[in-house]
Amino acid sequence: MQSVISVSGVSKTYATGFSALKNINLDIRRGEIFALLGPNGAGKTTLISIICGIVNRSGGTVTVDGHDISSDYRAARSLIGLVPQELTVESFETVRSVMAFSRGLFGKPADPAFIEKVLKDLSLWEKRDSKIITLSGGMKRRVMIGKALSHEPKILFLDEPTAGVDVELRKDMWALVRTLRESGVTIILTTHYIEEAEEMADRVGVINKGEIILVEEKAELMRKLGRKLLKLELRNPLTAVPAGFETYNLELSPDGSRLTYTYDNQAERPGVASLIRDLDQAGIQFRDLDTENSSLEEIFVSLVRRQS
Amino acid sequence: MNHRAVWAIYKVEMARTLRTIMQSVISPVISTSLYFVVFGAAIGSRITEVNGVSYGAFIVPGLIMLTLLTQSISNASFGIYFPKFVGTIFELLSAPVSYLEVVVAYVGAAATKSIGIGLIILATASLFVDLNIEHPFWMLGFLVLTAVTFSLFGFIIGIWANGFEQLQLIPLLVVTPLTFLGGSFYSIDMLPGVWRTISLFNPVVYLVSGFRWAFFGHSDVAVEISLGITLAFLVLCIGVVGWIFKTGYRLRT
Repeated sequence: MQSVISVSGVSKTYATGFSALKNINLDIRRGEIFALLGPNGAGKTTLISIICGIVNRSGGTVTVDGHDISSDYRAARSLIGLVPQELTVESFETVRSVMAFSRGLFGKPADPAFIEKVLKDLSLWEKRDSKIITLSGGMKRRVMIGKALSHEPKILFLDEPTAGVDVELRKDMWALVRTLRESGVTIILTTHYIEEAEEMADRVGVINKGEIILVEEKAELMRKLGRKLLKLELRNPLTAVPAGFETYNLELSPDGSRLTYTYDNQAERPGVASLIRDLDQAGIQFRDLDTENSSLEEIFVSLVRRQS
Repeated sequence: MNHRAVWAIYKVEMARTLRTIMQSVISPVISTSLYFVVFGAAIGSRITEVNGVSYGAFIVPGLIMLTLLTQSISNASFGIYFPKFVGTIFELLSAPVSYLEVVVAYVGAAATKSIGIGLIILATASLFVDLNIEHPFWMLGFLVLTAVTFSLFGFIIGIWANGFEQLQLIPLLVVTPLTFLGGSFYSIDMLPGVWRTISLFNPVVYLVSGFRWAFFGHSDVAVEISLGITLAFLVLCIGVVGWIFKTGYRLRT
């Protein structure tokens, strides 16, 4: 698939000597939702800021739809809408006037009908003539999204879009992001809520300490690294995994009271039924059982931990 | 040229003036009127004439210059500092605009405002004294040139400043003293020899002198020198702004 953003060999070292990004290579596919995950200070915002032109890179190249972000910055930047992490708004302006300003700043002719549509999609139309200072935090965040959409970008960056946003608004935003994707907009989001990436993303990139440690289709990632666990609480503790069960991937807890069976839940025969049957025949009784799914969150945590 | 961006910034900046019309326009008019009462009426009744011009009329160009300098600097420095302060500067940096467009928009808006205020003060002054402008074209020329130059200077201060204190520092510690000592209220010919020589190192002397020449046809220093010094300061400011944008100084890390 054709990539719409191509980052190659990008590094960033701040004047303080802090190396925020190290040789980043990343391709974003046209029309996808890409989630960039990473702990605080991993370099997510720095990477986004470089692509959007807010921070100067120390090395490497970035192209947006084939346009170099330095030599052809006008073409590159006009394609991008950015919703930054911080709520930064012009407090004393009205919602409608900041929207018109953003559109003008990106060189687009005034289009009140389009602005009206964006404001309605964001449930802000009622507040169009209110000063931004009078709006709630959630509404301000929607204004930020509205500003980013006001110039009809082909690529939308959402840096922590749902931080500090209530559940309902978060659901609204997910719906909005899906609608945008359907209209052909490529979306790159960073998030702390791994649930969000799990819910939304087509592909996931994990960044830690300024390095991309993994880029993978979300489904593939969950399949490859996602595991299901069956935990059996035994009635009578064992001293070792019983003979005849070597074919199962079994693990006995140190006190001998719990057997853990790790399996691939997407496999044709996960083996749960036969394990229980075999245990019964061997006279091993259990008083409780529990299953666990490894989430994207666990995958993420283990990846980051493995690196550090 | 992204003319729509220039227009968008210009409009927002001008709208801010209209929204804060009290601070932006009325307060300079009131303070100028106070200067007239104090310097024109109280002191002027004792000085009566300077170089054949009544003292009340003599201080008009200096008063306009005083306001023009402070207003140009504060408008432009605040205009660019505020987005930096609240963080909305990200949008400007991520927009498809060139440095030239940013400067034209911010400096243009700041200069428009201060020229407007300068003209309002001129109108206010004409209520107090009889004014006869000998070189109206040059008067407007100096007005525009000074407004643009000092708006650029203010823009530089706004980018440099890391806090509201710093924003006020240069205007308070440098510009205001230089303006008061730059012959706004007196002719430097009235000073004793050594002070006159020292005054010639004050760039504001040349601005006021040139502007006064446009009004009354004579000046402390030759008008060509006034024009030359003003243009030199303009070029210097353009150079600094160019350097700021080339290096991303305090804008792009």
